[in-house]
Amino acid sequence: MLRTLKRLVYLLTSIALLVSFETGAFAAKKSKTLKKTQKMGYVRCGVSQGLPGFSNADAAGNWTGVDVDVCRAVAAATLGDSGKVKFYPLSAKERFTALTSGEIDVLSRNTTWTLSRDADIGLTFVGVNFYDGQGFMVRKNSGITSTSQFKSGISACTNIGTTTELNMRDFFNSKGIKYEPVAFEKADEVVAAYDAGRCDTYTTDKSGLAAQRTKLSNPDDHIVLPETISKEPLGPVVRQGDSVWEDIVRWSLNVMIEAEEYGITSANADSMKSSENPAIKRLVGAEGELGAAFGLDNDWSLRIIKQVGNYGESYKRNIADTGILPDRGPNQLWTKGGILYVPPAR
Amino acid sequence: MKIKNFNLGLGGFLSNNPKLGNFLPQAVTLFAIIFIIGFFTFNAQTNMDTRGIDFGFGFLKQESSFDIQFSLIDYDGSYSYARAYLVGLLNTLLVSIIGIFFATVLGVVVGISRLSSNYLISKLAEIYVEIFRNIPLLLQIFFWYFAALRALPLPKEAISFFDVSFLTIKGFFVPKLVWTNFSVLFYSLVAAIVSIVFIYIYGKRKQEATGQRIPVFLISVGLLLILPLVVSFLGRVGLDFEIPSLVQHSETIFNFKGGINIIPELMALALALSLYTATFIAECVRAGIMGVTKGQKEAAASIGLTPGQILRLVVMPQALRIIIPPTTNQYLNLTKNSSLAAAIAYPDLVLVFAGTAMMQTGRAIEIVSITMLTYLSLSIAISIFMNWYNKKIAIKEK
Repeated sequence: MLRTLKRLVYLLTSIALLVSFETGAFAAKKSKTLKKTQKMGYVRCGVSQGLPGFSNADAAGNWTGVDVDVCRAVAAATLGDSGKVKFYPLSAKERFTALTSGEIDVLSRNTTWTLSRDADIGLTFVGVNFYDGQGFMVRKNSGITSTSQFKSGISACTNIGTTTELNMRDFFNSKGIKYEPVAFEKADEVVAAYDAGRCDTYTTDKSGLAAQRTKLSNPDDHIVLPETISKEPLGPVVRQGDSVWEDIVRWSLNVMIEAEEYGITSANADSMKSSENPAIKRLVGAEGELGAAFGLDNDWSLRIIKQVGNYGESYKRNIADTGILPDRGPNQLWTKGGILYVPPAR
Repeated sequence: MKIKNFNLGLGGFLSNNPKLGNFLPQAVTLFAIIFIIGFFTFNAQTNMDTRGIDFGFGFLKQESSFDIQFSLIDYDGSYSYARAYLVGLLNTLLVSIIGIFFATVLGVVVGISRLSSNYLISKLAEIYVEIFRNIPLLLQIFFWYFAALRALPLPKEAISFFDVSFLTIKGFFVPKLVWTNFSVLFYSLVAAIVSIVFIYIYGKRKQEATGQRIPVFLISVGLLLILPLVVSFLGRVGLDFEIPSLVQHSETIFNFKGGINIIPELMALALALSLYTATFIAECVRAGIMGVTKGQKEAAASIGLTPGQILRLVVMPQALRIIIPPTTNQYLNLTKNSSLAAAIAYPDLVLVFAGTAMMQTGRAIEIVSITMLTYLSLSIAISIFMNWYNKKIAIKEK
């Protein structure tokens, strides 16, 4: 009997070891995520369930938006083709779990960078691709033109699982206004309830308000109030624990912004190879060995610029030309009065 | 190779040891279960470690810093996450209890109606059952919330009930009862109920001893009405109504102030849950009544019982034995289905705790386990109660 049990234990232990080596969490020296992505042949990217200008799918299932372009840039850099992205539409509630559980590898879903999210729940924010702030939308005929006209008893529709819920409380509390929060799981339901008249105001990030306004039955009957009640730096997020992958996503975004700064566009990128400026030459891969640091080839940044375009092109295509927010506001380059400022790619 | 040897060796070994043959499969099963649980725990732990996520329930004491639309207890963002959990749980219980009550009443009425000899009534009941049980519940919830809600007027054009209650898109505003000396009334009600219990026992004993029936029901109603009334008058119990009044916030924004607001999310959810579950309960009731043989009714009629007495004393006690077990399932379903509340912003346990709180803390594993355990406990509690009731009314064999 003892011998049998010994055999049994031996068998089970070897199975256990085998299984844990297969799935286990022994991180490789190089980026495990990059290896996996190149093996799969596509980048797994978490996006919103439909926010025009940021991440939105058309009738044919083609995703567009500035958030989508970040994932496309990562695909262009790592796989050579900006089309090799698989999009995972996620609700605000699902997004972080999808990332930490390994269902997606990049979360580019108008997500606010906060201390607790960055430090506490196993995520790392890699940068900011849109500087936003929370605002309010009301019906034009309500006569309200400023948040200072809000009074106790007002009902406000919003999403659950966002910083919006917290900011809203801070804002109304600081003004001593009693309010009724009506929080839905999906943005489309918030819009429907606000449209029906369930709420007096709809509050979320101002870019979101501008985008969702287009979904209302009569967009012209609604206005976004001028006040901004919070800072909402939105940016792409990755899982903690793979710093090389983190760098790839960070610099894919930075390359887009820096390309705009140096006037490199998808149209002129190839001709820029003969530029006099070494900074430009580095960005289009004609000088230096920038890609090697991530385990990528030297044309990674050129592909991003050629296939996706620089940040300005992406903004114009997705947000300005669609009439959502024609004015770039703070999302202008630092050289032109905005706050877009990225470390140099060298 | 190894596995083959192992099997051959074990086969011969076991056929020589029948005792061990009984014991070994059980030991292996137990071992496998422990191994699987251990493996998943280990895997989750290492993955959480590499991603820098820590595990613990300390967050429950932290300030939640989000508000909840509707709460039965005092709550705002300065309370803890544990309190937010309690708010969600109570809201789940509230909508479940309301749903179970109306589903039962409606289900019994419809179930009996389906057996009615009146063609119109039985056909109407049948049509209702067939329509409502065959449309997915989530769609019904959306229908009642989004489609029916749109039809309701803004507060300024509220549908008024006698100028004291107002139905609007922002909810059903009803007067709030403001009592003075409420405790006097409360104790008189308790006294009335206690005396009714004694009268019921006395009446039963007397009937068993002498065959005489005393009108227990009439006496009970009288006691329940007259005793509290007289006591209230003597004890100066006062009742005031806080009637909701219309307040203007801006040119077009109006809302009601005061009174109690039954929010539209609660109305839509309770309505959808009741109408949906009532169809299943109606079928249970119909099956139960049809399960009582005709001879029982005829025998009861032959000893001179009235039709009301036949239903109450002969048919229903037997039918209940058939009705209770499947109805228990429906109560469980209703309670669990109430988690669909998240779709229409009713702040139940799933929306508040497994939604907002999970997002704000990022404690997915902890919060999902707590939520699952809560629903499990709720379901088991309902099962235990219904099983106890079922045993109580079951045939007591001697």
